[in-house]
Order: sequence, then structure tokens, then C-alpha cells
Amino acid sequence: MELAHSDLPRSWTRQLTLADGLYALFIVLATALVEWRLGTFMDGYEHAILFGAGAGLIALGWFWKAWRIFFPVVGGVALLAVNAYHGDLTRGQQTFWLKYLLSSQSSIMWMCTLFFLATGVYWAGTLGRSELLCRMGSWLTWAAATMGAAGMFTRWYESYLIGSDVGHVPVSNLYEVFVLFCLITALMHLYYEARFQARQMGAFVLLVISAAVGFILWYTFDRQAHEIQPLIPALQSWWMKIHVPANFIGYGAFSLAAMLGVAQLLVLGGRLQGRLPSAELLDEVMYKAIAVGFLFFTIATILGAMWAADAWGGYWSWDPKETWALIVWLNYAAWLHMRLVKGLRGKPLAWWAVVGLMVTSFAFVGVNMFLTGLHSYGGL
Amino acid sequence: MKNQRRTTSFKRALFELLSSMRFAIGLLTVLAIASIIGTWIKQNQAYPDYAFEFGQFWFQIFETLGIYDVYHSGWFLTILAFLMLSTTLCIVRNGPGFLKDIRSFRDKASANSLAAMHHTELLDGIADRQAIETRLAAEGFRFKVNEREDGSLLIAAKKGSWNRLGYFFAHIALVVICIGGLLDGNLPLKIAEMTGRVVPETRSLPQSQIPEQSRLSAGNLSFRGNAEIAEGHSADVVFLNAGQGYLVQELPFIISLKKFSVDYYGNGMPKSFISDVVVTDKATGKETAGKIAVNHPMIVDGIAIYQASFGDGGSRLRFKAWNLERPEQAPAEIEGISMNSQPLKANGRDYTLEFSALKVFNVEDMGKAKSTDTSFNQRLKDAREVRHEKQLKNVGPSVSFKLRDTQGQAHEYLQYMSPIRQDDANYLISGMRARVDQPFQYVRLPLDDDFSITTFMRLRAALANPAIYDVVAAKSAEKALQGNAISPEMKQQFAGTVKWVLTLFAQGGFNGLEKFLTEKVPADKRQGVAQTYIKILQGAVIDVMEVANARAGVPALKNDAEHYRFLLDGLVGYSALREYGSPVFLQLSGFEQLQATGLQLTRSPGKNLVYLGSLMMVIGIILMFYVREMRLWVLLSGGTTRIAMSANRHSRDLAPLFSRFVAAVKTTVRGK
Repeated sequence: MELAHSDLPRSWTRQLTLADGLYALFIVLATALVEWRLGTFMDGYEHAILFGAGAGLIALGWFWKAWRIFFPVVGGVALLAVNAYHGDLTRGQQTFWLKYLLSSQSSIMWMCTLFFLATGVYWAGTLGRSELLCRMGSWLTWAAATMGAAGMFTRWYESYLIGSDVGHVPVSNLYEVFVLFCLITALMHLYYEARFQARQMGAFVLLVISAAVGFILWYTFDRQAHEIQPLIPALQSWWMKIHVPANFIGYGAFSLAAMLGVAQLLVLGGRLQGRLPSAELLDEVMYKAIAVGFLFFTIATILGAMWAADAWGGYWSWDPKETWALIVWLNYAAWLHMRLVKGLRGKPLAWWAVVGLMVTSFAFVGVNMFLTGLHSYGGL
Repeated sequence: MKNQRRTTSFKRALFELLSSMRFAIGLLTVLAIASIIGTWIKQNQAYPDYAFEFGQFWFQIFETLGIYDVYHSGWFLTILAFLMLSTTLCIVRNGPGFLKDIRSFRDKASANSLAAMHHTELLDGIADRQAIETRLAAEGFRFKVNEREDGSLLIAAKKGSWNRLGYFFAHIALVVICIGGLLDGNLPLKIAEMTGRVVPETRSLPQSQIPEQSRLSAGNLSFRGNAEIAEGHSADVVFLNAGQGYLVQELPFIISLKKFSVDYYGNGMPKSFISDVVVTDKATGKETAGKIAVNHPMIVDGIAIYQASFGDGGSRLRFKAWNLERPEQAPAEIEGISMNSQPLKANGRDYTLEFSALKVFNVEDMGKAKSTDTSFNQRLKDAREVRHEKQLKNVGPSVSFKLRDTQGQAHEYLQYMSPIRQDDANYLISGMRARVDQPFQYVRLPLDDDFSITTFMRLRAALANPAIYDVVAAKSAEKALQGNAISPEMKQQFAGTVKWVLTLFAQGGFNGLEKFLTEKVPADKRQGVAQTYIKILQGAVIDVMEVANARAGVPALKNDAEHYRFLLDGLVGYSALREYGSPVFLQLSGFEQLQATGLQLTRSPGKNLVYLGSLMMVIGIILMFYVREMRLWVLLSGGTTRIAMSANRHSRDLAPLFSRFVAAVKTTVRGK
């Protein structure tokens, strides 16, 4: 009888270690610090978002152990940048560290470079069956994500240096959300590749990230879209802080799933034999990504509707962006029904996931390029 | 009898079809495709725009298909209704079985079915029942022990039955959201329109004269309409778009706009739009004051009031009207109201003045349009900076208007009120275009030391006045003689030329001079003659100004480069005004701004249903994807222990979970 207890799977609270406790303490202290220093500038909703973010960060760190290191490092890098600025934006072009590494644009450019490198290294590792190279790909992706995330936080700070009424969370235009997209897709990939011990997935996932990075570079150099602009009245809302990130977890997850669909199709077609994970594994990760993407996309669409009710006078206006969000949602709802109810597997679903990326990309970028509507601030 | 059975089987088949997943997936796809149409064709535009875009033939076909308001068309609502029906039938069909399944422990499972499961294991010997039960409880399973008649004992355990509830949540959610959406959509209104109880008004009538059949009472359950209110005015109805016409929705209150304000960022982008309003209840007379801003609606009597747009509410404008055909006349004062039209009589002819909106601020980027330095280093530097240099300047108020003659021909003008500094001199700028699709052509009138166009207008009058040419020509010739530019015997002839050039210029401006040169002067001499003429004109204009000022009794202009430039600009201005296309130059001299706010008022009782449905949807999705339903059976029978496990989804961590459980059970096996 005693033996029956001995190898009982421990409940999640008892699986927590000292490191988990320290991490949680760190987040609690950081939240308290923000509340103490900046609390007077926040309204009730923003307080709720702050505490919600704190709780969410603790939960994420406990769920995904690597996050416990990633997030404090990102915070540290961003704080180094903040400290180097001394409240003066012009220092960004004068101080060595800011100019070449820490200012938001330098960080984001580093992110772009590291993502390109990671893509190459992942492919080299996958084609050459080198575990070492694949591991390097992971590290480069981690480094890119760190620079990207720190860059976003720094950009948030810089926006306040431009003007106290200009400052806002950097998820307000197409440039900023593209960086967010790269970041979220990369982080989701890093989670899955560790969870399923399948680093070769990086060769495919990093392709879609590289495409987004290519867009960021064009958008920066050709269109100067990285310039921080003040918010138009419609965007001045705390809803933005939760609606946009939730949406991009959805977009990121769907893109990741589509790239794994491509990998799965290659495996099923007998290509890259022995260099990629099994089709079953790819299928399972693809399903998991779509499930999590669907959940967050649903939440994001609902949050969007609630925001629209505040800003536009109606929770649903059949605006092109809204309509395309519905189309994306219907598409993945159908996908999930086929898999879960009909038990469909393999090629058809993999193809469908790839087509899903087209639909998702159109909802994400195409609508802004070709259609006009209430979401026009995301325009190209 | 037979017939009846056929009917029953047909009903059955229909039920099967409508509640099937095949049908549901088909509907989802059709819905998705139908939705795309409305994103490609702009919805709810004015009908003439569509007719223009598609041509009469397609316009009518598209109108019949309801393409201009896809999401409220009959066929689209039918698809939605079918989706609701299909989902409801799906729940009806699968619900009872699911509910039974949730409650059941499946304790009737046979030894054979357990052996056929994906995760199954047969152990020799009988495991300890007590230990198994303790273990199951510790792992969070609920279980039922079934001692069967044949002496065997089955422990049936389950965990995560909530998963199945997720199905109910998500699918009922969809129906709830659709009901909420249909409540708020214009479905009841559509029905009223179809039965002829409500008829949209297509004429443009004063609000009070709109007939009863186009009015909706304040008790209307759901609506969304717009009201435009100028400062100091109020509204007690809103207008709803209805196909080719509109409807009037009565409100239970009167909404008055005290003040509308717009705030700007440093770079000229609008920062906030705020309407300061008072809402007075019609029944009780109770007043509620409040501010409405974007993202901050005001809610009164269940009606939400939103800041939707803004505009000019009819500002008073004051102009100095300079009669261009009688330049010697002093300007007349005229008044107008923006967004309105009024008659204008000039030199015996009738015109209509149609004013557009008054713009109080015009922020322009005066800096370099785009970085001219395209070197790699410069681009890298640009990419590093999140703030770019701009030279923003507010060039002040402007108003545009059309001047239409009795034939209906119109020119459009854009008048700036403040002096605008360009190339180190001050100008009054006016834009003109003969067609709306053309860009404005700008006329720059030079300003004198008092920032006024009076001096320019005096110069213009003098230039157009042949009576002074003799005096001017004599002065110019005298000066030329003193400057040894001509010999005494040439003086008479020179004076004649000055007079000739002045006459030519006064009648045709620079274009007139050019026309004369091309028509009358041989090509090889043309450039030389042109230069002479220009030189003469540039000299004579000084004398024209002197004579004009002396006659008006004002001091002469200073004799310096700045004022010489003023005179040259005056020639350009004179020439440009000849092609101005208007008998008067209306100089904006003052205004009293009256702003208007565009409010959107909605009553949407379905909103809370939609939110409830959304919450259920999220809960349902979480339950379905993240709660795993697991069942475990331990069958103790005939000296063996059969362990089997099933889950609603295959996942790679199930196998280790199962083997760990088997190993734990193994340790308690007795009687080998």
C-alpha cells in the first residue's frame, strides 16, 4: 500500500522548486516596484493589467522553466538601455552602447540579424544532421528573441522620451506588431522544440520569421516606418495592451503550425528522410499550436469586439479586419472539427494548415494593403 | 401507413443532414466565402456611387443580390440562421448521449473490450483493491466498484469529464452569440420594411416634415444611427441609413452640444475629440451633463452615445471682397456661413457662393520632404532613430468655396487667412482650380509692410489704369536719360515703348507679352526683345507704384531690394489674377468658429447576450482542449488483473502515465 504512493505523480504545487520561488519573488518585487514608481499614472484598468501581467508572468515561468531566465535577462537588457538614456533621447545617437546595441532600433536590427543567422544555422544543422548546429540555432534564436523583446521594452520607454503624451505600448502600428509577431513565433517554437526534443522544426519555423524580418527591414529602410508616432484617439485605450498581444499569439501559432505542416508534407513525401522528426510528432505539435492559437485568437477577437463597442459604437461592424478575423476563426474551427471529430490526420490537414497561413497572412497584412476600413491605422 | 413511414424517414434524414458535421462544416465554409464579398466591395455607400462604379446593368443585379449590405441581406441572414439551426440540432442530437457519458463510469465494460483498448495490460495474480482505490483517489480519479455476479470485480475510474461539458459550452455559445447578433442586427426593422409598416424616406426634407411611416418610436428595441449637432444646438432624433433612403429614430431625450474641442499633439496630429453635452430626458426633464470622447462613450437610458466624427457646424465668415474688374474701388465687406451657400452679385452678374468647411489649423511639414541623402550611412542612421526631424508649421485658418455662375460653371477657391512666409517674403496665398479633380494652382499676392494686400491692390489698380501711363512713361524716360541708358533724342521714342509695354502687360499679363512676341516678332529676335520688354516693365513698375502712392497720398515705398522684390512679385500677382476666373477676390478677414460633433447613438440589447456567449465560448474551448478526459479500468477476475486505459485524445505522455500506473498496481499483486 505504501508503495502505491511512492511514485505518484506529484501535484503541480509540489513540483515547484526553490528557483520557481525566487523567480516568483522577483516578479512580485518588480510588479511592486512598478506600482510604487508609476502607480499614480495608471487608471484602474491599467492596474488590473499590471497585476494580471505579474500573475501571468509567474504562471508562465512556472509552466515553462526557460522563461524564468529569459524574462529577467530581457528586463535587465532593457533596464541597461533605460539607464543609459538618462532621460535624454539624443543620447541614443551619442552613447556607444545605445547607438550600437541597446537603443530600440539597434536591438531590433540585432534581432533581425540573429534571426537570419539562426535560420541558416538551423538548416545547416538539419541538412547535415548535426545536433550541435541545431543547438546553436536554438541559442541564436534565444539571443534574437532577447534582443527583440528588450528592444520592444526600450521602444516603450523611448516613446515617453519623445513626449509624455506620445508614450504608449509599442503594439500600435504594423511595424511594431511585426516585431511582436517574430518574437512570439520564435518563443513558441523554442517552447515546442524543447518540449518535444525536435530542434529541426526550427529550420521551418525560422523561415516564416525570416520572411517577417525581411518585411521589417524593407519597412524600416524604405518607408521609415520605425518612427514612433503618437496615438490617434481611437487607439488611446488600455484595450490595446491586451487585444493586440492576444491576437499575435494566434497569428504566431497559426504560422508555426503551417510551417510544421510543410515539414510534415516533406516527411510524408519522403523528402529529407531521416533529417526531420517523425510525421506523427510534427502532426502533434501542429495540432497543439493550432489549439493554443485558436484559443488566443478567440479571446483576441472577443477583446477586439469589446474594444470596438467602446470605440466605434458597436461590438461588430463587419469591418474588413473583423470579417477576415472571422474567416480565420471559421477556417481553424473547421480544421479542429475535422481533426477532433472526424479523426482526420496526415496530408489533408497539413495542406489545410498551409492554406490556413495564406488566410491568416491576408487577415494580418493583406487587409491593410488591399482593403480599407476602420483598422486603417495599420496601413502600409 | 407506408406514406407516413416515408415522411418520418424523410424527416429523420433531414434531421440527420442538418445536425451532421458535414453540413456544419459546409456552412462554415459558405459563411467564410460569403463574408469575403463584403470585404472587397465597400459596404453601405451611396447608391449612385455603386451605379457609377459597376454600370447600370451590374448595379441592378448586385442590388437584387444585396451586395451593398451583404451582412444584412436576406441570404446572409439565412446562412446564419441555418448555422444556428445546425448547431442547435447537433446539440439536440449529441447532447443526451454526452450527458449520459459524463455521468457514466462505463462499469459494464467487458473483459474483451478492455483487452482491445489501446493501453491495456494483463497481470497474473490479483492486485490489492484497497491500494488501487487509494492510488486512483490520489491521482484525482473518481471511481465506481462493480462486483459482478461471476465473482469478478471491476473498478471503473474516470477523470476530466469536464472535457465533454466544453462541447456544450462552445456550441451553445455559438447559438447564444447568433441570437444576440440577430437581436442587434436590423432583422426586426427588415421585417417591418418588408411588410410595408416602415418606408424609408428618400427625399431631402426638414426633419419635422418627415412622414410618420419613416419614423421609428423611442421604444424601438435596437438601432444604430448618427446625429450631427453644432455647438449650441441640440438633437432629439437620429438618422438611420436604410438602403436608398433613411429613417428617423426618435430619442427619449434631447441631446445638446455645449462645446466641441479638438486637442493636437506637437506634430499636428489630433490627440482628442471631446463633446461637452447635456442630455435632457423628454419625460422627466432631468438633465445629465457629460463629456463624450473617443473610447469613452456616455450611456443614457440604455442608449450609448459615441464620439464618431466632427465637422464644421456653420461658422460665420467675414471677407473683404476686392472687385477685380473695378480695381479702383475699395473692397466691400461681405459675410457668409461655412457649409452654406448664398447669392453673390458682382458687376451686374449673378453668382452663387458655396462655402465648404472652415479649417482653423493647417499644419504642414515645411522640412525637407524626404531625406535627399541616400547614402548607406545616412540610411543606417535613419534606421537607428525613432524620431525624425520635422519642421512643422501651422499656416493658419483657411476656407474653401465654389463660385458658380448662372450657367452652373464653377471655380473652386482655397483662401488662407494669415500671411505665409515663403522664400523670405510674406504672401497672401489663394488656391484656384477649375475642376475638382485637378490640384489647386496657387496665386501669391505680396504683402506690404503692414502685412496687408492694400498696397498690392493699389499697384494693380494703377497698372490697369491707362490714364497714368503718360506720366509713368515720362518718369521712366527721364530716369533712363539720367542714367545715360538712352540719348536725349531717343527719349520720346522710349516713353512710347514704356507706354506700349504697360498697355500690353495690363491687358494680358506675362502671357499677353509672350503671345505678342510669338505672333509679331521674328523668332531670331524674340529673346532679345523679350529681355528688353521685361527690363522696361521692371523699371516702369517702380514709377507706377510711385505715381499710385502719390495719388493716394501715402508715403512712397522704400527704395531697397526688399521692396523692389515686392514690386516684381506684384507683377507676377497681377498676371496671375488675370487668370483667376473670378470677378472678385474674397480675402478671408475674420471668422467665428462654430464646430459640430458627429455622434453615434446605439441601443443594442443583444450585447450582453453576445458577451455571455463569448465567455461560454472561451470556457468551452479551454475545457475541450486543455482538460483531458481519461478512463481507467481494473478488472480483477479469475486470478488475473486486467488494467486498461482510454483517453479522448492520443498524446505521447499517455503511455508513460499508463506504465507508471501498471507498475504501481503490479507491486500490490498477490497470489502469483
